[in-house]
Amino acid sequence: MNGSELLQQNTGHLKSSMGACFPGERAVFRGHDLHAELKDLDWVELYVFGITGRRFTPEQLCLLHAMWTYTSYPDARIWNNRVAALAGSARSTPTLALSASLAVTDAVIYGGHPLIRAIDFFIQVRKQMEQGEQLEKVVQVEVQKRRIYGYGRPITSADERLTWLLALARELDLDRGPHLGLSFEVECILLTDNKALQMNYAGLVAALAADLGFSPKEFQLFTFPIVLAGMPPCFIESAERPEGTLFPLSCDHILYEGPPKRQW
Amino acid sequence: MGNEKQMEQIRTRIWLEEPEPDNPFATKAAYCHGYDVYGGMLGKARWVEMLFLLFRGEAPTSTQSELLETLAVALANPGPRDSSVHAAMCGGVGGSTAASCLIAALAVGAGQLSGGREVFLAMEAWNCCGTNLEAWQRRLAEPADDIASTWPTPEHPPGFDPHGVSATTPVKQTLARLAGISAGARLSWLKANRSFLEVAAGRPLSMSGVAATALADLGFTPEQGEMLHLLLRLPGAAAHALEQWQYGHKKFPFFTIELDNDPAKGAV
Repeated sequence: MNGSELLQQNTGHLKSSMGACFPGERAVFRGHDLHAELKDLDWVELYVFGITGRRFTPEQLCLLHAMWTYTSYPDARIWNNRVAALAGSARSTPTLALSASLAVTDAVIYGGHPLIRAIDFFIQVRKQMEQGEQLEKVVQVEVQKRRIYGYGRPITSADERLTWLLALARELDLDRGPHLGLSFEVECILLTDNKALQMNYAGLVAALAADLGFSPKEFQLFTFPIVLAGMPPCFIESAERPEGTLFPLSCDHILYEGPPKRQW
Repeated sequence: MGNEKQMEQIRTRIWLEEPEPDNPFATKAAYCHGYDVYGGMLGKARWVEMLFLLFRGEAPTSTQSELLETLAVALANPGPRDSSVHAAMCGGVGGSTAASCLIAALAVGAGQLSGGREVFLAMEAWNCCGTNLEAWQRRLAEPADDIASTWPTPEHPPGFDPHGVSATTPVKQTLARLAGISAGARLSWLKANRSFLEVAAGRPLSMSGVAATALADLGFTPEQGEMLHLLLRLPGAAAHALEQWQYGHKKFPFFTIELDNDPAKGAV
């Protein structure tokens, strides 16, 4: 079948197993009547069911909730939060503010990239170990090829969130999964060469999520709103201040390092 | 008020602003890579010259300006069948905010199918292969890099149309026109070797492939090319979004959906 035939087959309609609305009647969500069968799910439970098609235990859901809660910091200096705050200061809409802030969270040195790289790394390493590879060797090979995400932090190497999330995982009896154990072993190996490479929140969340059965793609979708709760306060406060007064920059705040003045 | 902390500054090689004498937050003069924007460029510089200057740091030659302007016209409206414009129209038809329509177009038009990421990857291929046909053939035969990232694994060679049968007339027209302008080597080489590359890719050249080539000929990095491709395709998305609001949602396709697990039909 050539490309145009494939497109022709799909024009005008969608075959789906994910869901549909029947206006005035009902809505179907992954094969279930949303209102009749799923109405009592809490929002995170519905969200992860939408992503994975799987149901999670109350303990697992508690841990998933906490992954979002413990990293929602309403600090308008943080780059993604600052977008929401600037939008408030510039009198944009809350939806645009939060959408842009979340989009910006898909970053390389924090947020989206480290999270997906970390979970993929743990899953791949575990597979290699099941095939008889030595962890130390696997880590050394990986370090030579690319950076291992989930360790180290841009501003400080210590991560205040880990103690709290680990304590909860322990309380929920969800701290004995193989990926979590692996993540600590990797940390030990990395620390021998670089003391700054302590595990960070992305590493811990990724390991715990891998132990809950999340694939990298599922995890990417799950972590999309992971810092969302910290953003509305940043927007609100800026929106309530006099317009334009969030981190105003005078001309002196710009350090020009380009070519000298010249004629066009 | 004491100013105990040292002032934190934004560093830039692009932009210098001098303040009005009565207000340090008001601009008296702004210089882009050294050129006085309001006192020297305005009325003389073309839009594409400003674009080129911003990204490359130097004023373009007349040939570079003509090439970028011609590319900008080619990319300005991918048309309402294009996914990014379709997304913008989904915003427009429901009365969504103007910015959300453009955000929709950017999000969809950022991808690896006809989007900014495809241009980025195609420009990386140019950096790697240059005008060496054997290098292209080797690269096009290699599987895509499948290291996990925020982007999905590419499903087709960047710069080629996975659903195409043959290179479309606009693709060939655009390539011919741009190759006729460019002082760079890539567009002319692509025009001469298109059929060989299409055989190696197993697919026809796409407009994003032509755009990537032009942007590489203009000396842009893949990162700059990705940004410019995103920018240059927005005008059509904006216009179509506004148009659909005027038409109204009853004239906009809603399509049909067929559930294969409808609980009302006994499916689990």
